[in-house]
Amino acid sequence: MKELTYHRAEDAASAVALVTGDPDARFLGGGTNLVDHLKLGVTSPTTLVDVSRLPMDEVAELPDGGLRVGANVRNSDLAAHPAVRRGWPVVARALLAGASGQIRNQATTGGNLLQRTRCVYFQDVTTPCNKREPGTGCSAIGGYGRYNAVLGASEACVTTHPSDLAVGLAAVDATVVVLGAGGERRVPMGDFHRLPSDRPEQDTTLAHGELVTAVELPASAVARRSTYRKARDRASYAFALVSVAAGVDLDDDGRVRDVRIAWGGVAHKPWRAAVAEEALRGKFLSEESVREAAEAELAAAVTDEQTAYKVPMVRNLTALTLTSLAEGATR
Amino acid sequence: MDAEITLTVDGQRRTVTVDTRTTLLDALRERLGVTNPKKGCDHGQCGSCTVLLDGRRHLTCLALAVAHDGAEVTTAGGLSGPDGALHPVQQAFLEHDGCQCGYCTPGQVCSAVGVLDEIRQGHASHVSEDLEAEPGLTDEEVRERMSGNLCRCGAYAGILAAVKQAGEQAGEQAGQEGAA
Repeated sequence: MKELTYHRAEDAASAVALVTGDPDARFLGGGTNLVDHLKLGVTSPTTLVDVSRLPMDEVAELPDGGLRVGANVRNSDLAAHPAVRRGWPVVARALLAGASGQIRNQATTGGNLLQRTRCVYFQDVTTPCNKREPGTGCSAIGGYGRYNAVLGASEACVTTHPSDLAVGLAAVDATVVVLGAGGERRVPMGDFHRLPSDRPEQDTTLAHGELVTAVELPASAVARRSTYRKARDRASYAFALVSVAAGVDLDDDGRVRDVRIAWGGVAHKPWRAAVAEEALRGKFLSEESVREAAEAELAAAVTDEQTAYKVPMVRNLTALTLTSLAEGATR
Repeated sequence: MDAEITLTVDGQRRTVTVDTRTTLLDALRERLGVTNPKKGCDHGQCGSCTVLLDGRRHLTCLALAVAHDGAEVTTAGGLSGPDGALHPVQQAFLEHDGCQCGYCTPGQVCSAVGVLDEIRQGHASHVSEDLEAEPGLTDEEVRERMSGNLCRCGAYAGILAAVKQAGEQAGEQAGQEGAA
């Protein structure tokens, strides 16, 4: 590990100025991913700017019924917040499906969105990886590929985004509030993470030095009736093979007035299944109609023998999630 | 870069100069001689380094010491009373043989104290049917909540029984205090 200069940020603006002005500086939040990467040598910053004590730790109800979540709100506190449990159960469920109790006490809302892939090659500095070292190649293509993407991958990178929270936020149309040297801007969740293209080293659309200060959740009927399901190798404390964040609003006849579907474990970013959503609007929600809608979305999937299982798995999990939501299940 | 930090560890105020790259776990073990938190995987996967940090269960291997200047750390060794009386969770681990080789035990005990506090505060878990209901102290709930602590000996059956017993005792005590 390189020598490390540590700054405790006085305020958000000076933290942004420090990191913006130094390409080898990084923000430090809860540290659960970054500290591991320092040890593994995945990243070698020379300066850390600790933003974890900045007063961005409140969950505030907005006048329009929405919620503003400070970037430093810990994952466990966000999952336990009464307004989140009531109005955005998919967000609470996604958080509770991720990591362990200890890590949820440490990890922040902003940091969760900025965690990096758990691709074994990204974390193993002895192997080529375009995300870690641009231009070196992708070891996951033709290597251990069980966790690889099936949608939106590129020749440069086939990894998936590891966050559960981000999938839940994508489903409820959250907005990420970002502070940069030029001031504040608001980024819709769908535009926050990116597909790998030929620049897989860029997980997000943030510029170096831009700081996530908050995440805003708009209130909606689909958010109130929403949940998150995750398929994984162990019952607990494992990353997703695939996951589904979904919400639904039915009219009095039981037809779909509105629906939200986002998938985890299938792409370099949370995958909002817009084709499937459109296919379901105005329809009766049944196992069959959801499967058909999911298959329309998955027509674009590219698989190999290691990832082929993901297509039926995410289709079936989507059907299970939405039909159980329609039947009034809370989990 | 070096930094001087002050930690309160098991009730004792300790000041130490650390390299900024030092984890909280290494600061405790190597610099302050507090060896209750154990180094298992050192990557946040096993839970053996768990302490209570400002009252909440926390991994010390994925934390830089310098970032926690001023923190209050309680290790498994600091849970017992001033007269040496065991904490109810420690006592329950003994009674149910929740230890085998013992290496993961301090982390398990700290995590269990955190789990019972989280249940008392009404926090749901991944396996809770209803996010807004009071969580129960069931096998399923305890297993899910303790999933960040691995035991290679496989003493899980004893650990599960111990956590449930300590939780039930705490619940009864709270009930008696409420009635009095």
